[in-house]
Order: sequence, then structure tokens, then C-alpha cells
Amino acid sequence: MQPILEIKNLQVGVDTGKSVQSVLDGVSLQLFPGKTLGVVGESGCGKSMTALATMGLLPDRFSVTGGSIILAGEDLLAAKPSRLRQLRGNALSMIFQEPMTALNPVLTVERQITEVIELHQKKSSAEAREIALEMLRAVQIPGPEERLIAYPHELSGGMRQRVMIAIALACRPKVIIADEPTTALDVTVQAQIFRLLRDLQMQTETAIMLITHDLGAVAEMADDVAVLYAGKCVESGTVEAILGAPAHPYTRGLMSCTPRLRLGAAANDPQAEGLGEIPGMVPPLGRFPKACRFAPRCALADARCHAEQPPLVDTAPGHSALCWKTSPEKAVA
Amino acid sequence: MKPLLDVKDLKVHFPLASGQTVYAVDGVTFQVNEGDSFGIVGESGSGKSTTAQALMRLVDPIEGVIHLDTQDLTALSGDPLRTMRHKMQMVFQDPYSSLNPRLRAGQAVREPLDLMGLGPVRGRDTRVDEMFTQVGLHPDAKRLFPHQFSGGQRQRLCIARAMVTEPRLIVCDEPVSALDVAIQAQILNLLKRLQKDKRLTYVFISHDLAVVQHICTHVAVMYLGEFVEQAPTGQLFAAAKHPYTWSLMAAALSPHDRSRAGARFTVTGEPPSPIDPPKACRFAGRCPFATDRCRTEKPTLRDFGLGHRVACHYAGELTPPLPELAATA
Ligand SMILES: Nc1ncnc2c1ncn2[C@@H]1O[C@H](COP(=O)(O)OP(=O)(O)OP(=O)(O)O)[C@@H](O)[C@H]1O
Ligand SMILES: Nc1ncnc2c1ncn2[C@@H]1O[C@H](COP(=O)(O)OP(=O)(O)OP(=O)(O)O)[C@@H](O)[C@H]1O
Ligand code: SF4
Ligand SMILES: [Mg+2]
Ligand SMILES: [Mg+2]
Repeated sequence: MQPILEIKNLQVGVDTGKSVQSVLDGVSLQLFPGKTLGVVGESGCGKSMTALATMGLLPDRFSVTGGSIILAGEDLLAAKPSRLRQLRGNALSMIFQEPMTALNPVLTVERQITEVIELHQKKSSAEAREIALEMLRAVQIPGPEERLIAYPHELSGGMRQRVMIAIALACRPKVIIADEPTTALDVTVQAQIFRLLRDLQMQTETAIMLITHDLGAVAEMADDVAVLYAGKCVESGTVEAILGAPAHPYTRGLMSCTPRLRLGAAANDPQAEGLGEIPGMVPPLGRFPKACRFAPRCALADARCHAEQPPLVDTAPGHSALCWKTSPEKAVA
Repeated sequence: MKPLLDVKDLKVHFPLASGQTVYAVDGVTFQVNEGDSFGIVGESGSGKSTTAQALMRLVDPIEGVIHLDTQDLTALSGDPLRTMRHKMQMVFQDPYSSLNPRLRAGQAVREPLDLMGLGPVRGRDTRVDEMFTQVGLHPDAKRLFPHQFSGGQRQRLCIARAMVTEPRLIVCDEPVSALDVAIQAQILNLLKRLQKDKRLTYVFISHDLAVVQHICTHVAVMYLGEFVEQAPTGQLFAAAKHPYTWSLMAAALSPHDRSRAGARFTVTGEPPSPIDPPKACRFAGRCPFATDRCRTEKPTLRDFGLGHRVACHYAGELTPPLPELAATA
């Protein structure tokens, strides 16, 4: 199968005035029609930068310094700004991380949705209103007619996020980049929104890039997974491979940090109580370690990890990890 | 033992411009003993934050009493309310907007002491240093401004600020929801350690059942302004009895666990509106077990022992759709 979106060896840098610091270093991802790629990693690992680079919406001073981004055969990095505007919201749309900053505070919900529809599809305002209403119903907003005339500040966080999703879905895009779409939502709405995204995906073959730090969401939604750490892709593979047999110590750390629901007899098992931790934090831009970027926080790190770039090891077909110690045998050798 | 926090029949209603009323919190009763951690879970809009704000007297309840120790908080205003505030502190979801961007970190943590005139002036800086160390920040970071911290560090700062007055009670409203898993685990472990070391008492609000299970000693499940089930944590997760609680649990199980359980039970239908809540059982419209009785007669909270209370006509008679629960029910 041909990927609908292919990111190859993406390099993004930020100009600090004195020098250009690396933000993303060699990130490669593929999205397939009708499939979901989960992109995971802690805060500050470069997930949103990957999304924004793809959308052509990098913030000031940030720029793509290498690599390629191909959407359905078209090189987005070579596309004119007018062409990118045409694609955005139509072929390629994004659900932003912070609904409050992405929504316009002085426009009603109705106006925010119909604006996108009128911009990209030649629809009358009555038709656009009908679609807006249909989208609000699709994302299960209670009392959709009344909510059409509401302003963002009158909605709960969960409802704002659902409005964002309604806007992103309004034009039935080929690719949706969802940046933490459900982080602010409770589990039942999250389950509903995931079901909604999956239904839409089945009908329209939409490819979804789901950015999240929630491995539960990944398990629920993703077909494939890429794990980012400090601007590098440190592990990638199918969701079964990554969650079932994580090869990178960082991925394993993330899994141990995730509290798991324990029901029935397990609820009173003191053994199952603890919650793991990854010590320390993601290094800021400009302070990435020279060799393995995860080494200062890694329990397995040895002298070589601090001295030499780890190799990208194929641990199984289609499953690779950037680490010196992907398996116990290798650690001994 | 007399509870530290005693909340009786708390109601907070918001009038709307349209003339309608939002029944945000509609008759909530609970007690929290010293050293316990009381969790409130529920969907978006169920009234969790409004409950927290009412406890802190940031919104005014239209009915109900809130006792902290022997003091009736609902009767306080002006100076007595301000002096009471150092006994109760709040940690918010958003560590970005809850810190003054112009105050250095050290000042932010010291400020409550200065505002309330607590402790000798000279001792305050030492106290601030202690707080920094306790929450895992280096005291040198006192000179930095909030924007120079990461999200997790800012939340640590908020926790330090909340704890500096040695409050009896800390109300945490989704304190880790804005943080990624790794920082979330660090903050949860920190809150747990502080609670053990200092015998702190928490009201802990979250929409994440696994987080609540990890940190709380007692849990209440909130739905449309009411508690539908409450129990000690072990009891709730071993033997939940309310269909709404089951649906939350089913949705929160990882797909791996869910397929092993061989069951999928999630609620359907429109999320209800607190503007016009159903008169009888508020969950009836979405409950797969609902009967005519549920649509006409309001279930009361019934006690099943060990402080396990459930508001469902058929609690104890229904078979849980989750096999793990069926085994221990
Ligand atoms: N506007 C900005 N100016 C300067 N640095 C920025 C800006 N936005 C992001 N960064 C930095 O770029 C790096 C990558 O950030 P990015 O936003 O991609 O992280 P993320 O993985 O999306 O994290 P989160 O989970 O917090 O959203 C981080 O070091 C971050 O601090
Ligand atoms: N100031 C207000 N005026 C009118 N309605 C309000 C106000 N504050 C809250 N509400 C409404 O009260 C209900 C309960 O809101 P609350 O914020 O307590 O929910 P929550 O359980 O904290 O939800 P979330 O998980 O989204 O934070 C919601 O329907 C909300 O829209
Ligand atoms: S290369 Fe070494 S330090 Fe880096 S993740 Fe692997 S074991 Fe840890
Ligand atoms: Mg981001
Ligand atoms: Mg809330």
C-alpha cells in the first residue's frame, strides 16, 4: 500500500539569533489511508513540531532544514503558501492541542464551523449551517441547536474540544493530524470520540496521525506507533509490537508510568499498586546529549551509551529501535 | 472519629441569562477523615470542579453546610473567611494560568505566608527553601519566573505554594490532567509521599479512574450533579454496583484487558444536560438496565456496608458486565 503522507528524514531547527538549534533530527513517518499512526512521547519531545511542520504552520524562527514531506505525491515543502492554505482544512486538517487558543473567542460556534465549510466548499450559508449542526451532533454535543449560538467561553473544556473536532471533520479531509485530541476529556467522551474518528475513518479512508502521551489512547486507536524522544524517533513498529514487546528503555519507561485500572481481586492486591517513574526530564532545545539522548535518564546506560550514537536496530520485521541495548543478548555482546 | 471535612446536601445552581438554571451540584453529601484522600470522578460537566470551588468558597452554594473541623464554612465571610483559607488550599489543573507570571518562583511560594501573616517574617525564606526541596525543586530555582519552568515543574511549584501554609486540606482539581504520563507519575508519587509523610488530607478530582484508584482512599462517582456511588477505593474497584460506574470502568480498561474480559460496556445516547436533568434516576436515559420504575421514581443512596453507598434501584441485583467484578460482587 502507498502511504498517503510520507515524512522522510525531517530536520527542523530554531534560529536563536546566535545559532540554529536542532528541534527534530531525522524523523521519518508514514501514514496509510484508513490507518492511524500513534505518535507518542513526553512533553517537549517534538510531537507538535512534527505536526506543525507538516501543516506548514511552524512558529516564528522555526524552519524545516532538511528532509521531505509528501502528501498524495505532492511535496508540501515545495508548495506555495496559497496552495498550503488550500490544502489545510480541506485535504489536511488538524485538531489542535489547546482548544481555547485555537478557537476564536469572539465568534459563535456556528460561525467557526461554517467559516471553514464556506471557505473550502461552495455551500450556501443555510447548507453550511446544516452541516455545522450535523457535525455537532456527530461529536455528541448535547442540545446542538442551542450550542450553535454559544461562544467558546460558555462551553466546558470537553465541549470546546468537541467543537474543534467538528471543525476538523467538517470538510472530510484525507489526513487528520490530531494533536492530543482527547487529553482534556473524560474516558466516556474519549471512547465516543475515538469511535467517531474510527467510523469516519472507515467511511472515508482518512489517515489519522494521533499525537498523544497516553498509551491507553494508542492501544485503543493506533495501527502503528512512533515513539519520539528529544527530537528523534527512538522506536517504531506496529501497535502490537510496541506495546507487547517494547524494545527501547524509554518506551518501557513510558509504559511503567501509566497507571492501570485494576478491577475485581486485583483491586486489593498491594503488589500491583506501585507506579513507575522515569527520573528527570526531557532536555530543552540546545541541550541534547551528544550520544544517546536518553542516556542521562536511562537505567541501562553504560559508558558506550554516553559516548556513541546508538544504532537503529531492527528488532523484528517492521519494528526498530534506536538503542545500544535493545535486547539482553546485545547487552552482553 | 469526627471527620475533618463534613459536607451535607451541598447544592450549587447557576442561573442562566435565558432564565433556565444549571443544576451543577445538586445535593452532595460526604465526609473525609484526616489523612484520607477522597476522590471524585465523573464525566465532563458532572459538577466536579463546581464542588471543589464550593468547598473553597470560590462559588456560593445555594444550600448545604460544609464543616471543616468544627467550623461552618458556609457561614463565613470577610476576614474569618480569609483566615480560614490558609487551612484549605487548592491545586488547579492548569499550572500555567494559576501562577502570577510576574512573581519569581520563590515569591510565589512565599506569598501566601505574607498575605496571611503566618509565622515569623525571618523564618519564611527558610520555609520556602524547605518547600522547594520537598516538592523536588532546587532552592536555586527560587529566582526564576514561572515561564522558565516546564509544566511539571510549574505544577510542583503550585503544590509547594498550596502546602506552604500547612493546610489541613488540599483540594486538587485535575492536578495531573494537563501533564504527560511521565511527569504525571512523578507528581502522583510526590502527592502520595507528601500525604504519607505529613498526614495530609486531599479532595482529589479527576476524570481518570486509574489515577484515582492509585491515589485515593475513598472514591465518589459523580453524575449530573449527584453522587451515584461512593465507597472505599478497594471496595469500589472490587465490587462496584452502579451501572454508570461500570460504564466508566469499561471505558477506562485498556483494550488488552477489555478483550481478555471479553466484554465491552460503554454508555450510549446523548450526554445529558444539567440544565434540565431527568427527574427520577438521572442515568435512566443511558442505562441499559433502566425500567419504568427508573424513569418515574428517584433512587436514593442505599448503604451496602463498609460505607459503600449506591443510588440505583437494582443495586446488588444486577450482574456486572465485567467478569472481574462479577467474581467479587
Ligand atoms: N514557540 C516556541 N518557542 C520556542 N521553543 C518552543 C516553542 N514551541 C515549542 N518549543 C520547544 O520545541 C521543543 C519541541 O516542542 P513540541 O511542542 O513539539 O513538544 P510536544 O512533544 O508537542 O510536547 P507537548 O506534549 O507538551 O505538547 C520543546 O523543547 C519545546 O520547548
Ligand atoms: N459560572 C457558570 N455559569 C453557568 N454554568 C456553569 C458555570 N460554571 C459551571 N457551569 C456548568 O455547570 C456544570 C458543571 O460544571 P463543572 O465545571 O463543575 O464540571 P466538571 O465536572 O468539573 O467538568 P470537567 O470535567 O469538564 O472539568 C456544567 O454544565 C457547566 O457548564
Ligand atoms: S542506548 Fe543506552 S542509554 Fe540509550 S536508551 Fe539504549 S540503553 Fe539507554
Ligand atoms: Mg504538543
Ligand atoms: Mg472540571
